[in-house]
Amino acid sequence: MSVVIKAENLSKKFIINHEEKEKYNALRDTMARSAKKLFSLGFGKQNGRTVRTTEEFWALKDINFEIEQGDRVGIIGRNGAGKSTLLKILSRITEPTKGTIRIKGRVASLLEVGTGFHPELTGRENIFLNGAILGMSRSEIRNKFDEIVAFAEVEKFLDTPVKRYSSGMYVRLAFAVAAHLEPEILVVDEVLAVGDAQFQKKCLGKMEDVSKKGGRTVLFVSHQMGTITQLCNKAILLNRGTILKAGNTGNIVEHYLAQGNSAGLNTYESVNANGKSEAYFSQVYTVNQNDESTSEFGFNESIVLVSEIKIKQKVATLKLGITLLSIHGAYVFTTIYDIDPRELEKERVVVKAVFPKEIIAPNTYYFRVIVFNDSQIYENIENICHVRVADTGTLLSKYEGVNYGSVIIHPDWSIKQ
Amino acid sequence: MADELIIEAGKSEKHYWKDIWRYRELFYILSWRDIKIRYKQTVIGFAWSILRPLLTMIVFVFAFGKLGGLDKASTIPYPIIVFTGLLPWQFFATALAEASNSLVGNANLVSKVYFPRIIIPASSVITSLVDFMISLGLLVILLLFYQYQPPLQIFLLPFFIILALLASFGVGLYITALNVKYRDFRYIVPFIVQLGIYISPVGFSSLKVMEKFGENARMLYSINPVVGVIDGFRWCITGEPLYIPGLIISIVITGLFLFIGIRYFRKTEKSFADNI
Repeated sequence: MSVVIKAENLSKKFIINHEEKEKYNALRDTMARSAKKLFSLGFGKQNGRTVRTTEEFWALKDINFEIEQGDRVGIIGRNGAGKSTLLKILSRITEPTKGTIRIKGRVASLLEVGTGFHPELTGRENIFLNGAILGMSRSEIRNKFDEIVAFAEVEKFLDTPVKRYSSGMYVRLAFAVAAHLEPEILVVDEVLAVGDAQFQKKCLGKMEDVSKKGGRTVLFVSHQMGTITQLCNKAILLNRGTILKAGNTGNIVEHYLAQGNSAGLNTYESVNANGKSEAYFSQVYTVNQNDESTSEFGFNESIVLVSEIKIKQKVATLKLGITLLSIHGAYVFTTIYDIDPRELEKERVVVKAVFPKEIIAPNTYYFRVIVFNDSQIYENIENICHVRVADTGTLLSKYEGVNYGSVIIHPDWSIKQ
Repeated sequence: MADELIIEAGKSEKHYWKDIWRYRELFYILSWRDIKIRYKQTVIGFAWSILRPLLTMIVFVFAFGKLGGLDKASTIPYPIIVFTGLLPWQFFATALAEASNSLVGNANLVSKVYFPRIIIPASSVITSLVDFMISLGLLVILLLFYQYQPPLQIFLLPFFIILALLASFGVGLYITALNVKYRDFRYIVPFIVQLGIYISPVGFSSLKVMEKFGENARMLYSINPVVGVIDGFRWCITGEPLYIPGLIISIVITGLFLFIGIRYFRKTEKSFADNI
């Protein structure tokens, strides 16, 4: 097998601007800064001590790896580990600060579903537009057109502007175009996390097909370890911009999950305490009834969410909000806990929430946590602590494939006389 | 297997121009998209590209012609004089405005896919060319209405159309690249466009400048690249004598802008995704 991608000492630096809230610079500020500089040069050193307002941040640091032709490589790691930056460099969207990458073959990248879709254009027109944006030639799209339409199941609406599409149709069409890409190297960010489960499966199957049959190389970022294990034969584990481990998927995923408290799927850990406000989450994780850290629960087990809140500066009142969301992003419930003001004297408060068993239906969920009081929101963290509830014997378990919904409730049945 | 691509810090690719050729289909399709959506959800659609110059011309004819008395300066019908200036000016102005906003307007593409970025401003300039072609039809109607026969050099008109295209593209490239980092330029461009119509010889002929202030003034005046374009248009359509030194200056300035524009664009292109 030949090496198709070779990265050497790859690094990417971002400059974080602490001074400005806006994302972009205004010319005025640049001019003002230069003027200030002139001033301090010209008039001695009274005002010369400038406050450093920028901070360097290495999103990737000295990354080295090789990928062979036909490999399906999963890139995993926590948020901020540098996964997306790596994909962006590979797809030439952004330039590395240091190092080189050698790539043999045509790269197509899929960092977002439906990039460039225009709401005013019809489905048919958007297929051609999106295809061209993803790097397909017109004849290529024409050849695959019927296949794409059939895959997306939108035949009837081909000549309707996509702004009239339901969100499901929109996503299906966008997926369909992307799924028919056939470059030598395919780079995919976590785009499969949207869309309904059945369609996700269809897309994964299609991608597997393409890579296994065509001998194409696939790089795939996902937080869903199931998807990674299913699709990829190799994996790279990133942590804070460096490669922690690389090798066979099984080992790497295991390693990643086994990091448990420090980096497991069910654990959130704050990265940098400096930028935090008065109260913030230092750690949030799930445990089972026996206090063992886990993301897997049975239907007959209680999920326990432990939130460790650090208090940097005394606050008078503090509330903790917890929301459970299904994997498709639908809210299951939200609950709020008033923390006893006496507890707020301490530096650290650990709140334990035990959710009753046999209510949350077998499915995959994640949490959103928030610390706030009536005057302000201190921290809001989305999409953490993925948990899976397994069916350990619900009433519905014998009706295989049934959609459980998010809660299982047993009403008081009776026959009205 | 295809040839090897090397991504390296700070090195611009050797295959840049070849890449542009490879992405030509994207260029077509983006231009097509821009044209297609330009007048979507408008009642009168492409009639806008006739209505705008028509109304502007009427205002000019009244303000400069009737009130200012400029319409007696020449034997050529004043509306034709105005329109031959207005047409290239509006082409330049819309192309400049579209190109300047193009990158920020397509931020989602820039941050999610790779392609030579120059395609975006290029395709937006092409869009305004379509508008221009439509309003050119209005000029034909005007000529028929006044039963005015243009001289033979009308066949050289495409040359000046290209000059206008390059002038707006050069400046537009520079501004759109700056706009990614400094959004101030979003406010500067409408200002340029607003003032430019009076600074450029739209309501009057450049001959007037020479008459009033002498030849040096006219040379200086030609630093505005649109002056060369408008003079050329008038020469082609009304037969007004062409001032060659002025045209050369305008061409040189256009070339200079184009050079600076492309250079700056290519220099900053790689960081667009980080800044946009």
